[in-house]
Amino acid sequence: MKRRDFVIGVPAAAALPAFAQQQFARTQDVAPLIAKLANGVKPETGGIEVELPAVAENGNSVPIKVRVPSPMSEADHVDAIHIIADRNPRPLVATFNLGPGAGRAEITTRIRLAGSQRLTVLAALSGNRYRISQQDVLVTSAACLDDSL
Amino acid sequence: MLGRVQVPPTAKKGESFEIRVLVQHPMETGFRRDVNGQSIPMHIVNQLSCTSGGRKVFSAELGTGMSANPYVSFYAVAQASGEVVVEWSDDRGGTGRVTATIQVS
Repeated sequence: MKRRDFVIGVPAAAALPAFAQQQFARTQDVAPLIAKLANGVKPETGGIEVELPAVAENGNSVPIKVRVPSPMSEADHVDAIHIIADRNPRPLVATFNLGPGAGRAEITTRIRLAGSQRLTVLAALSGNRYRISQQDVLVTSAACLDDSL
Repeated sequence: MLGRVQVPPTAKKGESFEIRVLVQHPMETGFRRDVNGQSIPMHIVNQLSCTSGGRKVFSAELGTGMSANPYVSFYAVAQASGEVVVEWSDDRGGTGRVTATIQVS
């Protein structure tokens, strides 16, 4: 084999097969999921306060607080808050159903994040209105997917 | 199953108060493997709901993205003195229930 052939051939062989590339490109398109949760309505950006650490040390437990300013009356209230993590193997982390009986649209919880990613919070308001908020979070140690215990 | 719910001892009628719930559960994702390479089956709490004085105030559908020993805090409007009941169930049919009492003035 000529040296030149070898030099040209190596990068081609090193290119990953399609299935392996899919493994690496773990960020998935969550647009269909958001569209499904939002009943096809285009959500308006903003109107949600998300408290999330900019850098999360441990992806197994990332504290998150979501607050949606709302009068929480019978006519105008928040029905549900969805948390979506596009790099998690199952992107829909949780759905919280509220209502006028909640008085305040605010929830705090702890979630798992499989690596640094953009977190999406979708709020479903009464009257088929939706709000969306996205925030980047850096995860130092991702929630364990492959290491044994 | 073990869990804990915390509410303030008293609340004014019409005001909202915080309810904090902690459930003891491994929340196994099903993606992990044990030392022998065997996959650990999924085991998660997927439903959680809360009633205050018999009225439903909150419910949640949880996924594998929730941390182990899930913690959730939320609010409810104080209507009448009584019990705050939190119930949950996991994907293997296990259920849990914890209660707390609140005085509404």
